[in-house]
Amino acid sequence: MIDTKTNITQTILDALTASGNKVGYMPDAKVVEAIRYVEENGIPNNKHEDYKYCNLEAVFRKDFKVIGNKFNSVANVDVHKLKNAHNIVVINGEYNESLSDKISGIKLSTLANAGSELKAHITKYANVNSDAMVALNTAFCSGGLFISISGIREKPIHIINVVSAKENAVINPRQLIILEKSAEVTLVESFVSENNSGKVFQNHLSEVVLNENSKLKSYRLQNEDENSHQVNTVQVDVSRYANYNTNTFTFNGALVRNNLNAVLSGDLCESHLNGLFISSGAKLIDNHTLVDHQKPNCESNELYKGIAKDKSTGIFNGKIYVRKDAQKTNAYQSSKNILLSEDATINTKPQLEIYADDVKCSHGTSTGKVDEAALFYLKSRGIGDENARKLLLQAFAQEVIDKIEIEELQEKVIKLFEKAL
Amino acid sequence: MITIKNLHASIGDKEILKGINLTVKAGEVHAIMGPNGSGKSTLSGVLAGKEDYDVTEGEVTFNGKDFLELSPEDRAREGLFLAFQYPVEIPGVSNINFLKTALNEIRAYRGQEEISAKDFLALIKEKQKIVELDAKLTNRSVNEGFSGGEKKRNEIFQMAVLEPKLAILDETDSGLDIDALRIVANGVNKLKSKDNATIVITHYQRLLDYIVPDFVHILYNGKIVKSGGKELALELEAKGYDEIKKQFEETV
Repeated sequence: MIDTKTNITQTILDALTASGNKVGYMPDAKVVEAIRYVEENGIPNNKHEDYKYCNLEAVFRKDFKVIGNKFNSVANVDVHKLKNAHNIVVINGEYNESLSDKISGIKLSTLANAGSELKAHITKYANVNSDAMVALNTAFCSGGLFISISGIREKPIHIINVVSAKENAVINPRQLIILEKSAEVTLVESFVSENNSGKVFQNHLSEVVLNENSKLKSYRLQNEDENSHQVNTVQVDVSRYANYNTNTFTFNGALVRNNLNAVLSGDLCESHLNGLFISSGAKLIDNHTLVDHQKPNCESNELYKGIAKDKSTGIFNGKIYVRKDAQKTNAYQSSKNILLSEDATINTKPQLEIYADDVKCSHGTSTGKVDEAALFYLKSRGIGDENARKLLLQAFAQEVIDKIEIEELQEKVIKLFEKAL
Repeated sequence: MITIKNLHASIGDKEILKGINLTVKAGEVHAIMGPNGSGKSTLSGVLAGKEDYDVTEGEVTFNGKDFLELSPEDRAREGLFLAFQYPVEIPGVSNINFLKTALNEIRAYRGQEEISAKDFLALIKEKQKIVELDAKLTNRSVNEGFSGGEKKRNEIFQMAVLEPKLAILDETDSGLDIDALRIVANGVNKLKSKDNATIVITHYQRLLDYIVPDFVHILYNGKIVKSGGKELALELEAKGYDEIKKQFEETV
């Protein structure tokens, strides 16, 4: 008898092979390499150091042993659009041209139609031999999305990722985003769900390339329903003089695991990674970040704040590598968390590995309850318990919310934040 | 206005208040003086509803209601105001938003409508003058980065906006230089009326030169050991607390 316990990885691979319509743009050798990596390493479980608190294998075993991969059609996504942005719509991992705005002056297509740039970049940043979820995406990615920006774009680009599964489904959307030399753009990514009648596991992967002197300001807003599981890997390559700024807001979803990896591969570049999450119910929200300082004179900043309610789990793991060549590095990291219930859990771990000797690095982490002295002070002025807590939690989150430079997005985030509290 | 009868309170196993009796009527100013550790701050904390204390015996009636049954916020809504000895800094919560929320919750409790933004701003402007509080401070986060004097002025400013029936000033004079002391005391005096009352808790007589009490009580070892008029404060200042300690050591 086959032991299903150990073969869930094979079950998933077989199911994806059977249901997948091959997109053709991924080199065959890469697909073979990727499948081999998944087979050898398995879907990550709590025995993998990087997935210690985020057992994906258990999630697959519970809900994705049988996948139908049937989806609902989504006809209208207007409610998710931003008014003052170019809206691009991706439904169940596939770029939907008819629902998307036409944008002149940028390259925008599926990955299959990306032409010569595809070959130059695909899989160059997200290493198939680094993580089974990267490998899984590489082997089974959908049509994908390719965006290449040159020059300075004033209007933000907003990618709306909608999932709507009819039966339990596993999807592997993939993006390649390139900022040409001295390009500047603001990119918003919304992750939402519509009428999910099945459970969906979205294994989303982005490769992001910031060429010399380019500037990317990016926001991710994750607010899917409780049938949605998501691993969101962003692999960023930051060149000389470039500036990468990203802000991740997570308010809903059964499981959200973000692997955000920024490689500072040129000198004099910078990266700013910020995040805010609220976990509730029995949800799990996991932010893993990696900032890899490879060259001298770079700066990185990181600020993550989390609020864990009910029986939920929040995780922050922040790795910073400072390589031998990366002298005069400035790297800062801060993770602050609030537990709102006795049954909620926060796991937070800064990891600094420094091989250069002339660097400034600091990290700080704190996890606590709502400040009782402040709470009493507010109540003593007549403010009720609920409002007093809300004021304090809003104040806690404000520092991250203030980083949003798009007014309508900020309003949206505040609304979702208050709803999630 | 407030009647405290045989109030006992402890922290853990340690009894701190050992039977306080005190009645304060509208229009009166009472001073409670006492050496360190006599229970002054515990008394103000218990009255405001701080959870650190267990009330083991006695009762407190405020305008006919059993006050000890009420939550801290309901006590404030009934008309109690505690000016903190150490006002809390709350980064990220703006003074204005905080005060507006407080005022509107108090108004809602009393069945009044929400104050309009325009009226609120006018109110803020008017009340700032009472304690000469810089308009810039009201826009900042609650007490964040305020000097000691600014924090105390901010307490009286809040009191001016919320218009309590009974204000308890817990060592409001501590850490104030003479000019700040005068400003704070003037503020308190301006807010005094025949309908409200003030309890001034202090270690020193100094503040009572500015806020003249009708009654002075000496708190020692968890009990009020002596009560009198304003001259009692002067007597205490002249003789020091050692005299009191000697006199009452045996009795408590």
